[in-house]
Amino acid sequence: MIPAGSLLAASGLRKAYGLTTALDGADFSIHPGEVVAVMGPSGSGKSTLLHCLAGILRPDAGTVRYDGRDLSALSDAERSALRRSEFGFVFQFGQLVPELTCLENAALPLRLTGTKRKDAEATALRWLEHLEVADVRHHRPGQISGGQQQRVAVARSLVTTPRVIFADEPTGALDSLNGERVLELLTKAARETRAAVVLVTHEARVAAYSDREVVVRDGRARDMAGVHGAA
Amino acid sequence: MSIAHTLLGLLEAGPRHGYDLKRAFDERFGHDRPLHYGQVYSTMSRLLKNGLVEVDGVEAGGGPERKRYAITDAGVTDVEQWLGRPEKPEPYLQSTLYTKVVLALLTGRPADAILDAQRAEHLRLMRDLTRRKSSGDLADQLICDHALFHLEADLRWLELTAARLDRLSKEVQA
Amino acid sequence: MARPEPTTGPDSPGTDSTGPDSPKPDRPRPTGPTGPAAWARDLAMGARFAVTGGRESLLRTALVAIGVGLGVALLAIAASVPHLSAAREHRENARSVNDEGNSRSIKASDRTLLYQAVTTDFHDKPVEGALLRPEGPLAPLPPGVSAMPAPGEMVVSPALDDLLRSADGKLLRERFPYRVAGVIGEAGVMGPDELFYYAGSDRIRPDAPHGPGIHDATVRIDRFGHEEGGDPVSPVLVVLMNMTCVVLLLPIGIFIATAVRAGGERRDRRLAALRLVGTDIRATRRIASGEALCGALLGLVVGAGVFLVLRDFASGITIRDVAVSPADLVPSPALAALIAVAVPAVAVLVTLITLRRVTIEPLGVMRHTAPRRRRLWWRLLIPAAGLALLLPLFGGVTMDPYAGDASTYQVAGGGILVLVGIAALLPWLLEAGVARFRGGPVSWQLATRRIESNPGPAARAVGGITVAMAGAIAIQMLFAGVQGEFVEDLPTHSQMMGVYRGSTPAEARSYTNSFRATQGVRDALVSVEQFAHKSDRPATGFTGVTVGDCDTLRRLARLDSCRDGDVFIADAPDRSAELLPGTALSMEDRPYERDGRKPRTYEWTIPASARTVQAVEDPLGRYHRGVLATPSTIDVAALPDPSTEVAIQLEPGNLEAVERVRNTAASIDPLMRVHRMGGVRKESNYAMIQQALLVGTGLLLALIGAGLAATTLEQLRERRRLMSTLAALGARRTSVVGSVLWQTAIPVALGTALAVAGGLGLGWVMLKVVNGTVRDWLGFLPVVGVGVGMIALVTTLSLPAVHHMTRPNGLRTE
Repeated sequence: MIPAGSLLAASGLRKAYGLTTALDGADFSIHPGEVVAVMGPSGSGKSTLLHCLAGILRPDAGTVRYDGRDLSALSDAERSALRRSEFGFVFQFGQLVPELTCLENAALPLRLTGTKRKDAEATALRWLEHLEVADVRHHRPGQISGGQQQRVAVARSLVTTPRVIFADEPTGALDSLNGERVLELLTKAARETRAAVVLVTHEARVAAYSDREVVVRDGRARDMAGVHGAA
Repeated sequence: MSIAHTLLGLLEAGPRHGYDLKRAFDERFGHDRPLHYGQVYSTMSRLLKNGLVEVDGVEAGGGPERKRYAITDAGVTDVEQWLGRPEKPEPYLQSTLYTKVVLALLTGRPADAILDAQRAEHLRLMRDLTRRKSSGDLADQLICDHALFHLEADLRWLELTAARLDRLSKEVQA
Repeated sequence: MARPEPTTGPDSPGTDSTGPDSPKPDRPRPTGPTGPAAWARDLAMGARFAVTGGRESLLRTALVAIGVGLGVALLAIAASVPHLSAAREHRENARSVNDEGNSRSIKASDRTLLYQAVTTDFHDKPVEGALLRPEGPLAPLPPGVSAMPAPGEMVVSPALDDLLRSADGKLLRERFPYRVAGVIGEAGVMGPDELFYYAGSDRIRPDAPHGPGIHDATVRIDRFGHEEGGDPVSPVLVVLMNMTCVVLLLPIGIFIATAVRAGGERRDRRLAALRLVGTDIRATRRIASGEALCGALLGLVVGAGVFLVLRDFASGITIRDVAVSPADLVPSPALAALIAVAVPAVAVLVTLITLRRVTIEPLGVMRHTAPRRRRLWWRLLIPAAGLALLLPLFGGVTMDPYAGDASTYQVAGGGILVLVGIAALLPWLLEAGVARFRGGPVSWQLATRRIESNPGPAARAVGGITVAMAGAIAIQMLFAGVQGEFVEDLPTHSQMMGVYRGSTPAEARSYTNSFRATQGVRDALVSVEQFAHKSDRPATGFTGVTVGDCDTLRRLARLDSCRDGDVFIADAPDRSAELLPGTALSMEDRPYERDGRKPRTYEWTIPASARTVQAVEDPLGRYHRGVLATPSTIDVAALPDPSTEVAIQLEPGNLEAVERVRNTAASIDPLMRVHRMGGVRKESNYAMIQQALLVGTGLLLALIGAGLAATTLEQLRERRRLMSTLAALGARRTSVVGSVLWQTAIPVALGTALAVAGGLGLGWVMLKVVNGTVRDWLGFLPVVGVGVGMIALVTTLSLPAVHHMTRPNGLRTE
C-alpha cells in the first residue's frame, strides 16, 4: 500500500547480507518538499533503507516506486542516471574527491550529467555562496575544516536541483554548532527548491529538523505519523 | 531558578523601573510563567533590605512600580557568586515515565508503544523548539537549545530503555 | 611506557613504593637502550613488522620482495654475462686447434692427428665439425670425445644427434656418409643446441691443396686447445654495448627504487602509531629501515629463485648461433656480492630519503607537499652536459676495430647523461603538462587532478619506461644506421654460391653436371678462377682469370665461336676489362700459405690472338670481367692459387633444394662450402646486442607494466570509499574506468612522447658521432606500440577491481 501523492515510496523491502537481515519488510513514503527523518539504533537497517530507496542497492524483495516508476525494474545504468539527475547525496564523511577543488567537487554531479564545465562551475559557485563557503572554492578538501567540507558536500547535493536528497548522518562528524548550521542550510534549501529530504540519523536533535520521522527497528520501518494521535 | 538573582543580574546592565524589570524578565526567561508585579515588589524589597539594591529615583505618582532600582556593589558581588556557584544536580529520574514503563510490563501491555508515543511527542516539541530557534534571537536560541538538549537526553534514555526492554521484562516478571 | 606508575590507586595493589620493583621517584625512569643496542632493537622491530604485521604488512612486504626480486633477477642475469662469455670462450679454446702456418713444423708421429675443419649449413643453421685422421694410437682426443671415430664413423653433439634421428634431419643424414658412433660430452659443445661433429677420415692429407679459406687446410696437431685471439671489437660496438647496458640497467635501478616504496603510506601510518606510544623520530627511521631491509633481503631471495627459474629458459637465447647453456649462466662472485650489498643499501637509502619528505607525528603523517614546484633548469643541465660530451665527437668514432679509441667512454658517458636527463625531465614535464590540462570530461578531470596532486608515483613508474624506451629507440636507430656497414644485401634467396680449392676444368665440368642434376636446381655453373695482376703494376691492375671449356665459357660471355686454344677478354657492360692482347700477367699464392718460403708465382701473357667479347650474367647475376681462357692455353696445375667457384640458381622458394645442393657439394668433398646468398647476415656481435636489447627491453617493460598495475590497484584500494561515493552519485562506470585509464595513459603518453623525442635526438647525435646515416626514422613505432600496450595492460588489469569497487556496497562499511 503506497500513500497517494507520494514522490518516493517503498513497501515490503527485504534485504539480507549473507546471514544478516538488514531489512525485513520495511515501508516508507515521502511527499515532494517533505523532510522525513529515518531514525533507529545503529545496525537497525537505516542506511540499507536509504540505499534501497536511492536505487544504490537492489532489495531482495519489495518495491520502490519513484515518481511512478518501479526502481527495481530499471537497469543499473538507468538507476545511475536517475541518481545523477534527480537525486542528491550527502554522506557522513570521505565523500569529497581529495584532488579536486571545492568548486570542482560541488560541480561534479552536473559534470556527470554532461553539463559544460563553465556552466557547471557557475551553478556550483552559487550554491557554495548559499552555503557560505564560496571563499574556499579554490581550496582542496584537505585544506578546510570538517564543517566547511560538509557544506561543500551539501552544495554538491543541491547543484542538480534534485527532487530527493538523501542525507546519511550528514552531521555525524561535526560538532553541534556546525552540524546545526549545515542542517539548517540543507533543510532551508530543500524547502526552497521543494526537494524531499530523506534524513538518516540516530540523533533526535537532527531529526527535529524533519517534518516527520520514521523509526527503523529490527529491519522494519514504522511511520510515526499516526502514533501521536493514538497515544 | 532564583528570581532574585535573575532580577539582580538584569539590573547590572543599568538602573530600571520595576515595570521594566518585569518586562525584561518575561521577554528573556518568562515564556512559560510571566512574573506577577507582586513577585517583583516583594523580591525588590527583600533585596533592598539586604543592601543588594538601592532606590535610584522615584517618579511622580508613587507606587512601587514607579521606583527606579540600581544594583549596589554588594549586589554585583552576589550575582557573581551566584553565577560561579554550580547548581546542585537534580536526580531527574524520569519517574513518571519509568513508572509507566514498569507498569506496562507488569500488566502485560507493550512498553514499546509507550516509548514510541513518548518519542513522537518529544519530537513534536523538539520540532517546535527548533523552528522557534531558527526564527528567534540569541536568547531564544540559547533557551531552546537548553530545552532541546534535555529533551534529547530524555529520548536517549528512552532509546536505551527500548534496547533494554528484553532484560527489563525478564527482571520484572521474575 | 610499559611500566605501571607506582600509584596508590585501587588499580595497583602493590602500594609499597619502596618495593624492589618500583623505581624510586628521584631515579630517572628507564627510557630504553641507546647506541648500537637501540639500532639492533629498532631494525629487528622493523623486520618483525614486515613479516608479522598482519595482512597489510605482509602484502606490502610481498610487493616489495617481488618487485625487488624481479629487478635482482635481471641484475643477476646481467652479472652472469661475463662468466657466460668466459665459459664459452674457455670451451671454444679447448677444442680449437692451432692451424696457423707454424703448425707445419710438427712432425708426424704416433701422437699426432690430422685435422681438417669442415662446415656446412642446415636450414640456415651452421653445422660445424672436423675430419680427424689419427697418425698413431696416442693421437689426442678432442674435448668431450671418449673414443676416436674410425673412418666412416662420426661422433656428434647431442643436438645434432637428435636432429639426425628426427624426420627433419632426413636430408642432413644423406649429407653425412658416416655411422654415428657416439655423442660428444658437454665439455666439447658450446651450447645445448649446437650442431657439431667429428668424423673419422682416411682421406685427408697434410699436403693437400689449400682451399680458399684460412681454415681450409688440413693441419697436423699433437694436442687440442688453442688460444684464439678474439676479434678486436670495433669502437662502435663498444659504444653500442655500453649503451645497451645503460638502457637496461638504469630502468632496473629505477624499478627497484620504486618497488621499495610500495605501500609506503600504510607504513607511515603505522609509524605514526609508534610515535604515539613514545618512539622518537630517529627510532622510527631505524624501524622503517629495518622494514625496508627485510623486504630487500626477501627480494634477494625471491630474485635468486626467479633467476634460477629464468636460467632454464636461457637456452632460448642464442649467441652467435649457439644457444646459451643454463649451466654457464652464473653470476660472477664479485658482481653477485655487489648486488647483495647494493640492493639492501639502496632500499634503506630510498626509505630514508622518502621519510625525509614526511614528518611522522604521533597523531598522523604530515606530507611536505606544499608548493615545492619542480624546477626545470637543473633537469635541462643533465642532457645538455651529455650533448656537450657528444657534439665534439661528430664523425670521430670509426668502425675500424684497430683504431683504438678512448673517446668511446666519452660517447657512453654522453649517452648516459642524456638518458638520465630524460628521466629527470619527466616529472617536470608531467607536472607542467597536467597543470595545463583544464576542462575535459569528468574522467579526465579526475585523472589529471590526481596526478597533479601527487605526481611522484606516476613519474617514478613511468621514468623507467621512458629511459628504456628512449634508449631502445636510440640504439635501434644506431643499429639501423650502422647495419649497412655489416650486412651484404644479396640478391635473392634462390641463389647459392660455393668455393672450393682449385680443380681442373674437367673436374669443374663434372661438378657442373652434378649440380645441374640435383633436384630443384635450375642452373649451375662451376668455373676455375685465379687472381692476377698486370706484371708491371703489382699494386693495381688486378683482374680475374677464368679457366673453362668452351661450354663453360659460353655461359660467361657472348662468344661467336670457341674452341680449345682460344682466349677471350671479357668486358662487363658497365666497365671494360682494361686489358689488351699481349699484356703480361702475374699470379701469386696468398701470403698466409707461404710459411716463409718464397711466393709461388706463375707468369702468363695474354696471347695476341685474344678476342674482346661481352660478358653475360652467370647464374648469380655476376659478370666475369677479365680473362676467359680455354684449358690448353694455360697450365692449370701450375696455377699458384686457383679456386673453384660454384654458382647455382634454384627454383625460388624450394628450401629442400638448398639442402640437396649442400648434399651434392658434400658428396664431392666435405670441404666444398656452399652457402645461400639470400637473407641478411649480420655481424654476430650486433645480432647478439640487438637480441639482448630486444629481450631485455621486453622483460623490463613487462616488469614496469606489472609494477604500474600494482600501484594502480593499490591506489584504487585506498580509494574504495570514494569510488563507492562516485557510484552513489550516479557516475557512469565508464567515467570511473576512464579516470583509471587516463591516470595511466597520461603519464605513459607523456613519457613515450619524451622518449620518442629524446630517443630520436640521441640516436641522431650518436649516428653523427659514428658517421652513420639515419636509415630508419620510424624505428620508434614499435616502442610507441609497447607504450599503448602497457596502457591497455594496466587498465585491463585494474578493470575487475574498478568493477568491484564501483558497486555502492562500499558505502556500507561503517
